[in-house]
Amino acid sequence: MISFIGRSIVQKIITLFFVSIVSFLIIHLAPGEPSQVDPMNPKFTREMVERFRTEFHLDKPLYRQYLYFFRDLFSGKTISWKDNQPVFKKIWERFLNSLPLFIVGTILTWTISFPVGIRSAIFRGGIYDRSSTFFAYLLISIPGFFFAYILIIFVVNQFHVPVIGMETFGIGDTAWMNRAMDRIWHLLLPSLLGATGGIAVLSRYVRSQMLEVEGQDYVRTAKAKGLTPDQVHYKHALRNALLPFVTMFGLILPGLIGGSVIIESIFAWPGMGRMAYEAILARDYPIILTLNFVSAVLVLIGTFISDLLYLVVDPRIRL
Amino acid sequence: MQNTETDAQDIQLDAPLAPKRTRLEEFWRLFRKNKLAIAGMVFFILFFFLAIAGFGLTRGDNPLLDPAMVRLQDKLRPPLAKPNLERLQANEIPRLGVYIFGTDDLGRDVFARMLQGSWVSLTVGFVAVGIAVLIGIFLGGIAGYYGNRHIRVGQLLAAAFFIVGALLLVGKLIWSGSALLIGGAGCIFISILMKKAAKAKTKSAGTRFWYFNTISIDTVVMRFVDIMLCFPSFFLILTVVALLPASIYNIMIVIGLTSWMGTTRFVRAEFLSLREQDFVAAARALGLSNFRIIFRHMVPNAVAPVLVSATIGIATAILTEAGLSFLGFGVPPPHATWGNILSDGQRFIFDAPWLTFVPGIAILIVVLSFNLFGEGLRDVLNPKLRERN
Amino acid sequence: MADNKALLSVEELKVYFRSEDEVARAVDGVSFDVGREETVCLVGESGCGKTVTALSVMGLVPIPPGEIAGGKILFRAKNLLDFNDSDMQKVRGNQIAMIFQEPLTSLNPVFTIGDQIGEAIQIHQTATQSEVVERSQQLLKDVGIADPAQRLRDYPHQLSGGQRQRVMIAMALACDPDLVIADEPTTALDVTVQAQILRLLDTIQKMRSMSVLYITHDLGVVSKIADRICVMYAGIIAEQGNKDAVLKTPKHPYTQALLASLPNREKRGQRLYSIPGTVPNPAYKPDGCPFHPRCQHTIQNCSEQYPGMCDYGDGHHARCPVLFEGGKGNWCD
Ligand SMILES: Nc1ncnc2c1ncn2[C@@H]1O[C@H](COP(=O)(O)OP(=O)(O)O)[C@@H](O)[C@H]1O
Ligand SMILES: [Mg+2]
Repeated sequence: MISFIGRSIVQKIITLFFVSIVSFLIIHLAPGEPSQVDPMNPKFTREMVERFRTEFHLDKPLYRQYLYFFRDLFSGKTISWKDNQPVFKKIWERFLNSLPLFIVGTILTWTISFPVGIRSAIFRGGIYDRSSTFFAYLLISIPGFFFAYILIIFVVNQFHVPVIGMETFGIGDTAWMNRAMDRIWHLLLPSLLGATGGIAVLSRYVRSQMLEVEGQDYVRTAKAKGLTPDQVHYKHALRNALLPFVTMFGLILPGLIGGSVIIESIFAWPGMGRMAYEAILARDYPIILTLNFVSAVLVLIGTFISDLLYLVVDPRIRL
Repeated sequence: MQNTETDAQDIQLDAPLAPKRTRLEEFWRLFRKNKLAIAGMVFFILFFFLAIAGFGLTRGDNPLLDPAMVRLQDKLRPPLAKPNLERLQANEIPRLGVYIFGTDDLGRDVFARMLQGSWVSLTVGFVAVGIAVLIGIFLGGIAGYYGNRHIRVGQLLAAAFFIVGALLLVGKLIWSGSALLIGGAGCIFISILMKKAAKAKTKSAGTRFWYFNTISIDTVVMRFVDIMLCFPSFFLILTVVALLPASIYNIMIVIGLTSWMGTTRFVRAEFLSLREQDFVAAARALGLSNFRIIFRHMVPNAVAPVLVSATIGIATAILTEAGLSFLGFGVPPPHATWGNILSDGQRFIFDAPWLTFVPGIAILIVVLSFNLFGEGLRDVLNPKLRERN
Repeated sequence: MADNKALLSVEELKVYFRSEDEVARAVDGVSFDVGREETVCLVGESGCGKTVTALSVMGLVPIPPGEIAGGKILFRAKNLLDFNDSDMQKVRGNQIAMIFQEPLTSLNPVFTIGDQIGEAIQIHQTATQSEVVERSQQLLKDVGIADPAQRLRDYPHQLSGGQRQRVMIAMALACDPDLVIADEPTTALDVTVQAQILRLLDTIQKMRSMSVLYITHDLGVVSKIADRICVMYAGIIAEQGNKDAVLKTPKHPYTQALLASLPNREKRGQRLYSIPGTVPNPAYKPDGCPFHPRCQHTIQNCSEQYPGMCDYGDGHHARCPVLFEGGKGNWCD
């Protein structure tokens, strides 16, 4: 057990090291320059550009830049090139904005897809199964922003509620009840949109897991004991079908930092996705690299947690 | 062999047995049951021909349907509107005599633009997936077939010298970069010398060190996959596309280069299981070369699941391109793509909803049919599911 | 044939599996009885419909694609096919229990042995937790598992194949059923373990005075445990009768062929006989007698008319008119 954990941590750290190198190279080897040091940029004089270059270590060889960057990152001193704000502070602010979207979206995903998937599997081939299958594919296939516009038009026309932004402009003075309702309205649509893909994919996956398990011999044994269908489905089959999903809890983690660029752009939501997008536009390397690094860390922690959870929930695995 | 009469009888014994079906017939018999997949396939084929037709009808100097013709007199006309014959010049009048899908804010014929876009979407999807599949088969095949071979110290050193040297060269450090490259060449030279020396019975400590096994090829490939999976995929694509000059080829290549991991994983899994099977063992026993075994015997067997994921991959690539277009990083003008028609149209969503709905629904239908077709194929090819329903 | 004293009496049972373009007649008119405290063996090559027959008795044939196309299953003179789901649940495990072929996959991997046996007890009986544990331990002891208290806390993967099959037997015995159906319980096990399990089943059957329907493709096993034998071929009963009658004076060419292909002392050094051809696909069975393409005694009639049951007395029947009193047996059309 201990050796498994140790080995896995070492392996993840090595992976992380390579991730940092790859992302650093991608950014720095791509043609073009950050706007502050772009000689074409009319806002800056030649001297200013030179000063920026020294300040950002852009005049140093690549491996030195790499070392400087990660020295700054680990001492928490990295600053954005665009506005000289500390990167971690910026990310944290945006993270707090994205968090509600993430939480509501995740709750929606997991609470909707499980019942749908299980029901489809139990009544497979029936009208419910076939329509939910078709619906799931529909949701997987629809371009996110197109779906967003359909929903916006619908909500705006039907309920006359504005849904762009985090709250309605100028609502600051009204009663807290109104403000809370307003926040919820603004939250609902983007998180629902963010969840649709997840709901569709996850419910399909639940269904196929459940079907797989329902065909197993031990389900037949359970029926032969005289258990009711409910006991067979929800105790014997579901328990086994759920195993892979327990491990998926770990894999939610990277979603924390993801944030959807497209959805946040449509809803003018000042979250992480927007920040990443803006950073890319401005070639604000520290932000891009930090976001990338943090999300890689989360991916690795996520897989680690899911490996551990597997050990806990599956009695067959013993180290 | 027990007695010859029964052997002769055997032939006639088979008479009342089940009709013999070829693999293709069996496949079709199972596939036919899945109505959604059939619908998907029909649309898949329709889209294919539509895209080719679109390519033919919209290219050249004087195409039948001109997607780039600007008619400001006729801007934002709704679908099925007749062109304004008095105000258009003779060469501006659309050949069909009607704007089937209306016109956009520059008076361009949306139908012509959609046709052109279908070709672009198709090529983006196919080329991107083609790249991903080639990389995936190559890396997955290596990992699956040669997986348990180890990289030796000498090879590792040579590779390290070459890679670091090349990087330093790119980083404009000519001297140290060249030195490392020469070091790498030196390693290969030493290896060649060692090979001669290795024929001798006793090996020196140096030789043994040089031949010391480090990590297996499988580990290298799979760790590389892990590394790539650490990047949030859309963010990565967005970053690279935004940093590179805008061009349709860059988009295809970037999507391809960032989506090969899934294919690699299951080509590897497929190869691992194929490697254990009798026909590969037989091929080896016959002394066929590895190359022949891989390409004549194993790749054809692994190709079916690759096709499935390619079908779904094309759908994903089309969606990705649309997403990039929406953010302003898509295929640049003058090419019309469904993604950029849609994102241009969103400004007029209340005045000219067709500019949003026509491309949106087109993308939806095509992606949906690719997904349904792919999933139908997967169900039929998956022997575990075949037993049931 | 309905013998009122029989515990289980299957009459003209037909089970078909329908797919889009074909109908697999897996069980095609099967009749047999299982008397009280009797061991009946259902023998036949694999694919001839033994498992499907057993599952229909348990009411576990998957519907669709399966369908009960006809016949009756009388258990204590009541037709199980008329029972609704909840009545059937009361029969399963309680009055009729089943042991499956694959002990490795038939136990649920995520529950302990104790959970699974305890559950079998609690479904049909009211018992306190400690009673359940006590009874479970007793059951494990009965099926010859050492250290039952510890084993109850184990998960299936911690036991060997033979032990798991013993657990399956213990689970089947949990509610003292009147009839136990054992579907090839030893096929997946080593030969030595097979013998132990057989002996165990035999002892338990005597001890608890149950009836056993034992399904196997192995005539060697049959000779050890059977009171009566039903030989199945391609969804029909080819021959049935008391053990000695069927094994010593087989009246159906298929039974004769099966016995001829069995290794024994007299045939030492000779080449073993094997039946030519294979079991027909249940969707494409030949007309007439389904065995005729592989039969050594085929006459013209065999491929045209369906053979009738021929009675040799004392419950011994065979579906082959050709061998009956010089070919004077009756044919159906
Ligand atoms: N779930 C099912 N779906 C379709 N056909 C089935 C199913 N179960 C059994 N069959 C058919 O019934 C035939 C008999 O099967 P089975 O009773 O399992 O044979 P065995 O005598 O080996 O136990 C098989 O050849 C198969 O074609
Ligand atoms: Mg069977």
